[in-house]
Amino acid sequence: MIDSILDDFFWRALIGGLGVALVAGPLGCFVVWRRLAYFGDTLAHSALLGIALSFVIQVPINVGVIITCLGLALALVLFSRNKTLATDTLLGILAHSALAIGLVTLSFMPSVRMDLTGLLFGDLLAMSRGDLWWIYGGAATILCLLALLWRGLLMSTIHEELARVEGVPVERLRLALILMFAIVIAVAMKIVGVLLITALLIIPAATARRLARTPEQMVAMAMLFGFIAVTGGLALSWELDTPAGPSVVVTAFSCFLLISAVGGKQRA
Amino acid sequence: MNEVLAELSKVSVTLNDRLIVDQVSLSIKRGDIITIIGPNGAGKTTLIKTILGIQKATSGSISLQSGLVIGYVPQTLNLETTLPLSVERFMALSGCDRKGCQQALARTGVAHLSAASVHHLSGGEKQRLLLARALARQPGLLVLDEPAQGVDINGQAALYDLVRQLRDELNCGVIMISHDLHLVMAATDKVICLNQHVCCSGFPEDISHDPAFIETFGTAVAESLAVYHHHHNHRHDLHGNVIGDGSAIDGALKKGALDDAKAAPTCSGHHHD
Repeated sequence: MIDSILDDFFWRALIGGLGVALVAGPLGCFVVWRRLAYFGDTLAHSALLGIALSFVIQVPINVGVIITCLGLALALVLFSRNKTLATDTLLGILAHSALAIGLVTLSFMPSVRMDLTGLLFGDLLAMSRGDLWWIYGGAATILCLLALLWRGLLMSTIHEELARVEGVPVERLRLALILMFAIVIAVAMKIVGVLLITALLIIPAATARRLARTPEQMVAMAMLFGFIAVTGGLALSWELDTPAGPSVVVTAFSCFLLISAVGGKQRA
Repeated sequence: MNEVLAELSKVSVTLNDRLIVDQVSLSIKRGDIITIIGPNGAGKTTLIKTILGIQKATSGSISLQSGLVIGYVPQTLNLETTLPLSVERFMALSGCDRKGCQQALARTGVAHLSAASVHHLSGGEKQRLLLARALARQPGLLVLDEPAQGVDINGQAALYDLVRQLRDELNCGVIMISHDLHLVMAATDKVICLNQHVCCSGFPEDISHDPAFIETFGTAVAESLAVYHHHHNHRHDLHGNVIGDGSAIDGALKKGALDDAKAAPTCSGHHHD
């Protein structure tokens, strides 16, 4: 039964997409709470470089992407110590340079046949069983980490200094969060592509903000809106033969507009 | 009773090649209320962050009593409005149980707000919430960074009064930063005047005679504190009229500086009311 479902590429795409939405919800909330939208974008843009790297050092693509994201996060920390440039300038430089270097590097590898549009905007058809393993393995890792570190993560998001005084290991939690971002980027790339990952993170979370009264409610609702976006987007893509990633983002944005219109004012 | 909670010895902090805190030594004992005053940029916040362990000292040593629980009341609670959070939940994140949280909120007078969103609180309510949160941890040392910021003048006096009561109830040490010189003088045991280095320290009534204090804050401030004795040969009423020769009360003033500062208008013709 399950096997026959997994033989169908549409179901594979849907199951994979729901797995991504499951982790994009909570992580998206942290992106919104900590104002990391630009940061997430920068990490995502480096994914192409990660793909190139994975061919050079002969590791699975996902591993290459995770390593590159972590490397870039580290570079950001090092660069931002020297405070002559504003963070958004720095992020802009690194985001686009990483994307450009990735594209240039890939062009040097004629033997590597890559569907560039699929990488940039997501590829519904390319979802394999192996990808599903990656998505659910990644999702399980992230959800476990979040459950374990929840209180500390929340506290250091609310007030970093207060958290420090209360003995929360703020720095280590920040690293854990970056690691989780790297994982979610590596697995979400398949669904929405590197250029649109941030949208899948922040739009459902921003939509949930209108309705939520507690941080946990916001996370649950962000997951729900993520599910709706993925399901609706894939259906749209299937029916109208539109690109998968943009369709998912368009659906998410429609939800956002709808809730903003009828949801009234922010509650808490 | 006089156990030392925290001891700083020649602590210096340099940030971006600027000396912010210069060789500060001080000790905080259980039951003390110590107030740090000083002009802007004097390193007050940096100094307490060093005590809290948020800021590393460049040199010198800080020793805290082992197992000391610190309750910290930061300057403000600037919350991202993107994060939905109720007062109750914010309290619970301290790790304290429900009952303890409720008690702490009641003690600082904001129990009725426990279901409210933290984003809808006024400045004074936020400060009381932060104080409740520090309280819920049953601290041995309470560290407050300008606790009366954004609080109206009546609320400020009440807040400092509350801090003093909490010191008695918890039998803890208190170290705080303040700009409200009048209120500080009334509510504190010991004042440290900081201007990178400790320029003077001592009991409130002594410190305002100190030339270093007058140099830092100017004669106007010293006078407005009504304790700069050279100028107190007369008193003013509320309208600024001289109400008699002060030579007889000069001595009384010095001793009664605490009360005087509380009853601020009596001797402060230059006072900013």
